[in-house]
Amino acid sequence: MTGAAKDLAGIFLFALATAGIAQFTDSGVTLNFVMMALYAALLAQAWNILGGFGGQFSFGHALFFGTGAYIQAMAQLHGGVNPWLALLLAVAGAATIGMAVGALSFRYGLKGSYFALVTLAFAEVFRILALSVPFTGAGVGLMLPLGESFANMQFGSRKGYLYLVLGLVTVALLITCWLKHSRFGAYLQAVRDNEDAARAVGVNPFSIKLGAICLSSALMGAGGAFYVQVFQYIDPAIAFGPGTSVEALVAAIVGGIGTLWGPVLGAVVLHVLADVTRNLFGQLPGINMVIYGVVLVVIVMFLPRGIGGLAATARSLWNKPGRTDRTGVGRG
Amino acid sequence: MADASLRVKNLSKSFGGLKAVQDVSLEVAHGSLTALIGPNGAGKTTLFALMSGFLTPDSGSVFFGGGDITGRAPHLNARLGMTRTFQIVQPFATQTVRQNIAVGTHLHLQGRHAALHDAERIAEQVGLSAQIDKLASSLTVAGRKRLELARALAARPRLLLLDEVLAGLNPQEIAEMIPVVRGIAQGGVTVLMIEHVMQAVMNLAEHVWVLAQGRLIAQGSPLEVTSNEKVIEAYLGHGTAARLRAAELGRLAP
Repeated sequence: MTGAAKDLAGIFLFALATAGIAQFTDSGVTLNFVMMALYAALLAQAWNILGGFGGQFSFGHALFFGTGAYIQAMAQLHGGVNPWLALLLAVAGAATIGMAVGALSFRYGLKGSYFALVTLAFAEVFRILALSVPFTGAGVGLMLPLGESFANMQFGSRKGYLYLVLGLVTVALLITCWLKHSRFGAYLQAVRDNEDAARAVGVNPFSIKLGAICLSSALMGAGGAFYVQVFQYIDPAIAFGPGTSVEALVAAIVGGIGTLWGPVLGAVVLHVLADVTRNLFGQLPGINMVIYGVVLVVIVMFLPRGIGGLAATARSLWNKPGRTDRTGVGRG
Repeated sequence: MADASLRVKNLSKSFGGLKAVQDVSLEVAHGSLTALIGPNGAGKTTLFALMSGFLTPDSGSVFFGGGDITGRAPHLNARLGMTRTFQIVQPFATQTVRQNIAVGTHLHLQGRHAALHDAERIAEQVGLSAQIDKLASSLTVAGRKRLELARALAARPRLLLLDEVLAGLNPQEIAEMIPVVRGIAQGGVTVLMIEHVMQAVMNLAEHVWVLAQGRLIAQGSPLEVTSNEKVIEAYLGHGTAARLRAAELGRLAP
């Protein structure tokens, strides 16, 4: 199991190094950058489990993000639940919604763009529901009361939040590592590559995909809960709007889907890019989405395995001029 | 080894107006190597899909090892010991040969390490050892056919349905593959193969079933079916058998 041991060592070093940056920096800009990049990596890794390893491209992962966010906020506001406990509820709630959407979609064999459209539609339905019912605060949204304390999951500096999201990213990486080196992960990738061939040797695609969407949506729910704790505010557009869905999938695709480190790499690259464009164009609204779109098109056309697959892509281009692997899924 | 006989009773399947399989009944004896032949479009692959659960029959039943498995999902049949290969090879293209085979070995081995390790044994059995860490997409047609076979074998079947594992191979590759198939059957696996390469059918099969236009038209030993008039006409057209007989007589009588 050298492969798994190497990956575990990598995750440990990554967590240690990132914690080191947090520990020895007091620059608010740096801390904020690292925290937001980790937060984006969490969403991207969540998407990657279903999209990259499972080949089910969701365009509505905001559904699970928003579910987690609202549960985190409502549990505290309406139920007086401790935020740490609320985080668990948010994760469980998002996974439940994921399972319901997965059961409906996969039962009827929805794939490709049909699955993408159905997830998008579910996210929109939830956005409109959140706008309409009183307990989500409707259009006004929900605001958490300030109360800085560890028990309250509200920290005085960015450092506390950074450690929190680092913990969540580490969990996401460990789950992905497990996918790479387990029977469940092997079955998931087999179903992605060829469902009929997998069925012929005893794989039940329905239950495998259902497991993947549960894991994916659970992590997305954790992302939503984290968002609420950091910004202490949520409204329907932030929670269920397409922005979060796009951010999650773009970071994963840019970095390299179906890989362990691709989504982390993609999240960092996109955040550097977003910072650079902010400096160049100021706070022009929506400019980061324009940049994301351009980057996505370029990556899909020229680097189907993402930035992480750059070396491998370059090698295959060198070996077979004019023939690129456009399957769009990375290995390992 | 438990009973791996396959029995199909009055099986029918239509696609719209096309009656792909009509009232087919056949048997594959436990431990035998049986062939299913027939002209293109005879319904052979459809029959395979009906047996393995990829398609549900309109009427009729499928029995495996004595139990009724009509309409049971393919993954459940695989767990019972029935696996199939595909005429159009279906590799997990982004994965290596070893990873491809491991998807099959995982059926009986939970651990990743054990599954990847067991893949080596299977690769050796079908002659893929040299390519084991190459990408499945980099294999030649012959290599992909071997991989198709390897993945099915990896699931440790009692009954193996082979859908044209020799199609698209050159004569030398066919000659190399025949002993592999024979070795599998001698290892105690019941085999039902769809095959167009008659050299292989004559060489390997103990019993042959012939399907034409969705119906069974003949059965028997390879020699029996190849001299059967109905079979000759199904392949070569109406009246051919009579003309062949006349030509034969003409040659005998000076």
